[in-house]
Amino acid sequence: MTTATTPSELEDYWEQLDCGFPRVKPVFADCMREALATLSGQGVEAYISNARFLGKMGRGAEPILIFLEEWPTVASRLGEEALPAIMECIRRMTKSPNGNAITPFLQSLPVTARRLQSPQQLRDYLDIVLDFMERTTGSIHGIHQTFPSPGLPEFFKKIPLLLGQLSLEGLKNWVEYGVRYYNDHPDRQIDYFSLQSADSRAVLQRERHGTLLVDNERRLDMYLRGLWHDEGQLIPYSGAFDELRKPIPYYDKLGIRLPDMYDDFIRPSPAGGREGERLPAGEIVVSGLDRYRAVLAHIAGHRRWTTAIFADNFAPFQRMAVEFLEDSRVEYLAMRVYPGLRRIFMALHPTPAEDACDPELESGVRHRLTMLSRAILDSRHPYKNPHVVEFAQRFHMLMQQGDMSTPEIAELAVSFVAKARRQSDQLAKMHFKDTVVDYRDDNRQMWKFIEEGDEEEAFDEPRKVEPGEKITGLPPRHYHEWDYNSQSYRPDWVSVYESLHPSGNAAGIDRLLAKHGALAKRLKKMLDLLKPQDKVRIRYQEDGSELDLDVALRSLIDYQSGATPDPRINMSHKTSGRNIAVLLLLDLSESLNEKAAGCDQTILELSQEAVSLLAWAIEKLGDPFAIAGFHSNTRHDVRYLHIKGYSERWDDQIKGRLAAMEASYSTRMGAAMRHAAHYLEKQQADKKLMLILTDGEPSDIDSKDGRLLIEDARQAVKELDRQGIYTYCINLDHKADEYVADIFGKQYTIIDRVAQLPEELPTLFLSLTK
Amino acid sequence: MTNIDQYKVHQEPFYQAQGDEIALYEAAYAARLPVMLKGPTGCGKSRFVEYMAWKLDKPLITVACNEDMTASDLVGRYLLDANGTRWLDGPLTTAARIGAICYLDEIVEARQDTTVVIHPLTDHRRTLPLDKKGELLEAHPDFQMVISYNPGYQSLLKDLKQSTKQRFTAFDFDYPAPAIEAEILGKETGIEAGLSAQLVKIGGAARNLKGHGLDEGISTRLLVYAATLIKGGVEPRAACRMALVRPITDDADIRDTLDHAIDAVFG
Repeated sequence: MTTATTPSELEDYWEQLDCGFPRVKPVFADCMREALATLSGQGVEAYISNARFLGKMGRGAEPILIFLEEWPTVASRLGEEALPAIMECIRRMTKSPNGNAITPFLQSLPVTARRLQSPQQLRDYLDIVLDFMERTTGSIHGIHQTFPSPGLPEFFKKIPLLLGQLSLEGLKNWVEYGVRYYNDHPDRQIDYFSLQSADSRAVLQRERHGTLLVDNERRLDMYLRGLWHDEGQLIPYSGAFDELRKPIPYYDKLGIRLPDMYDDFIRPSPAGGREGERLPAGEIVVSGLDRYRAVLAHIAGHRRWTTAIFADNFAPFQRMAVEFLEDSRVEYLAMRVYPGLRRIFMALHPTPAEDACDPELESGVRHRLTMLSRAILDSRHPYKNPHVVEFAQRFHMLMQQGDMSTPEIAELAVSFVAKARRQSDQLAKMHFKDTVVDYRDDNRQMWKFIEEGDEEEAFDEPRKVEPGEKITGLPPRHYHEWDYNSQSYRPDWVSVYESLHPSGNAAGIDRLLAKHGALAKRLKKMLDLLKPQDKVRIRYQEDGSELDLDVALRSLIDYQSGATPDPRINMSHKTSGRNIAVLLLLDLSESLNEKAAGCDQTILELSQEAVSLLAWAIEKLGDPFAIAGFHSNTRHDVRYLHIKGYSERWDDQIKGRLAAMEASYSTRMGAAMRHAAHYLEKQQADKKLMLILTDGEPSDIDSKDGRLLIEDARQAVKELDRQGIYTYCINLDHKADEYVADIFGKQYTIIDRVAQLPEELPTLFLSLTK
Repeated sequence: MTNIDQYKVHQEPFYQAQGDEIALYEAAYAARLPVMLKGPTGCGKSRFVEYMAWKLDKPLITVACNEDMTASDLVGRYLLDANGTRWLDGPLTTAARIGAICYLDEIVEARQDTTVVIHPLTDHRRTLPLDKKGELLEAHPDFQMVISYNPGYQSLLKDLKQSTKQRFTAFDFDYPAPAIEAEILGKETGIEAGLSAQLVKIGGAARNLKGHGLDEGISTRLLVYAATLIKGGVEPRAACRMALVRPITDDADIRDTLDHAIDAVFG
């Protein structure tokens, strides 16, 4: 293949291309030259014919232009054989109403190609794209696809960021989530796929690869405390959304800022792999956790050994040199304390090639300093530069004499700058490759300013609190919700608002109790039987607080008559009490207002009576006991109404709240159970019981799929079970057989004759806790 | 008659003084003042008592206290035998009779009402009423009471009564300073100085985590165990994991951090 292209050859190709767009002509020759240089003969053929197809597609000049310009580079990364699959994808887009996605798709190709390492990965990626397109393209009558996919073009615009953060598996899950939940809502779909909406970011965060700070905060905190006897709040910042300029770790009096995620550090391929690329497989040299530890060790070193010096006396290059050498010094000292750190630092510290920087064209200040820093760290460094070698030696010599201080280091740094200085250092173009030591902080703490400068920047602005902004009620708590379709939680999906139940007339409840006087009497008898008997005698103890005379005498007789006596002649006492914390969760949804079958009271009234009797009974028993009600109006508004807390007595106030009970809205049971559980969990009791009184299946107006909330409630029961809370459902719906067992397993009772509830509920409770 | 010799400490136990505690103890003993030793587990309290008993050449009777211990376990009780019953002195009574140092280890583990029986022995009276036997025992002139407990440990419920506390003079023990601790490791096990300094550094890392997931840091005793294992030919990292990390925690995060500390220290 020759790279020299004659004008006539070019003319031939131009004719084959058969393109009438005026914008294509001027760039064609350049593109062709590159294509001929990189593609095989067949490849060039395919290049021209596919470009021709793109030109004839009727989508303007944009697709063909991008293709002509980008394909040679993409082909060199992915191989020419990837073209048919890509073209097939484009064809499918043209056939569907998604033509507007072609341009973004082509535009994203170079980045995608860099992230995807193999043809197999590309195929998987295209599968994700096509699946996404098929499922989100709308149709009116279910036959023809009429509406373009709203999210697809946005998706292609965000793909560089997405592939930077997610593995293909993660990408697939992220897309899956968006398609599933926003398929029937074009605007929200756009928000999701352009990473605007909160849950889009939340799911992205969940699917990210790498070691997350949140997962390891405790370990890192212990690391800092244990190994460095230091402490500080670890505050994550996100490196996900700043592509151009990566934030650097730093610390100040508020805490230590660290990136929210570190990938495992993999040894770069010796062939000098392209910058910023993740290698799919390779030896993990430093785990993400150890990278965090490296940052913390470095920062702890600064906090221990660095004293701030005045910056005003130094020129910018001098300051840079002081920072580099001071970094080296604290690391040197840190490694003296913990020699094991050397391995991590050595792996993470870049080794810039000595000849990487052309001193005629670029400023080599950073490059030189990084070499010096490497030379100090690594005694087997490859550098020949006399200044670097000399100063590395001087550094080690000085350190052997003593720890040195920041001002002493500054002196050394200044003389290095003076000696190694070059004319080209002033050039505006700085050589940056391999000069960023990413575990080092930004050194803002080592400078003092006589005059306040504006060099420093904080990532987070202090939050302004508007005066006069009054907070009413408790802030909402967010709970995950289980989605059985994907077998995963929807992050922070439900908002639960908690408030005190409004009060009513307590006399009403007293009247109800009086009405059930006969029942109360019967209950009282049962209660007396259940009441804890405080002292229990344990006999036959080898060691005990008292001699058990009966047994002792028997033993003595045995002994005297030559038989083996029983040595367990003591007894002791133990207190045995009931130790059950109970929470009664009442469904207060609209359906409670219906009349119960076979009597003239509403279910709500019957529940009131039942709950009053139960509360009275439990109060008599003395078990810690709380009552709460809930109803919901979409996932954004789940109300949790506090009726009785554990520390409150069964008095008029509580009765008043019970009397004011009202029913409205729907039943989002899972969220209410999770919220109730966080109270019950804090109770100190051997047994924790959550009674749920409901009259129907979990449902809400924003949930079309009936199974969804049932499955969520079932998941909530499992979670509670893991927390050691026993859930029990009392269901008043005579059709409940269909679902209640799915949620609660065997832990439920269905009460068919609702009129019996006031009698059934307390007896049920007593038998449960016997 | 009780064999006094069995309670004597015959060989000099190794004890590395951290301050002037030896002289202070001798002064307290000279006045026969009761002594209380406070400090975390494994920092050398019991070793100190043993050493002092040897130095003063007095018998030492040690009682490890536990929750099931009753007053009669300390004082003595009647036993049934073929001819009826027979009185058997408890360790406290024995010590008071023969003039030994009576050392109640981990006294808070015993119930508070049990510990009250030591009261008459620990003030000016220096007597022990054996009410079941109907005897008022005058303590031997050499008798001294020593108790130890670990204040940072256990629950609120397990504390000494004020009336008990205020009968004692007290020493505060803590883990020795790094240099001394390294010396102790060297003398106890014979490992080289560099290695013992490294072990002490790991111990320090764990002690910093006290209260942050660890109830108690790595004790000097555990460090000695680790050093013994290393001396016996076990690879240092494995020995540290086995003797220092695994015993003190089941928490994965702490285990991970301490394992990392071992790697960081051994380089």
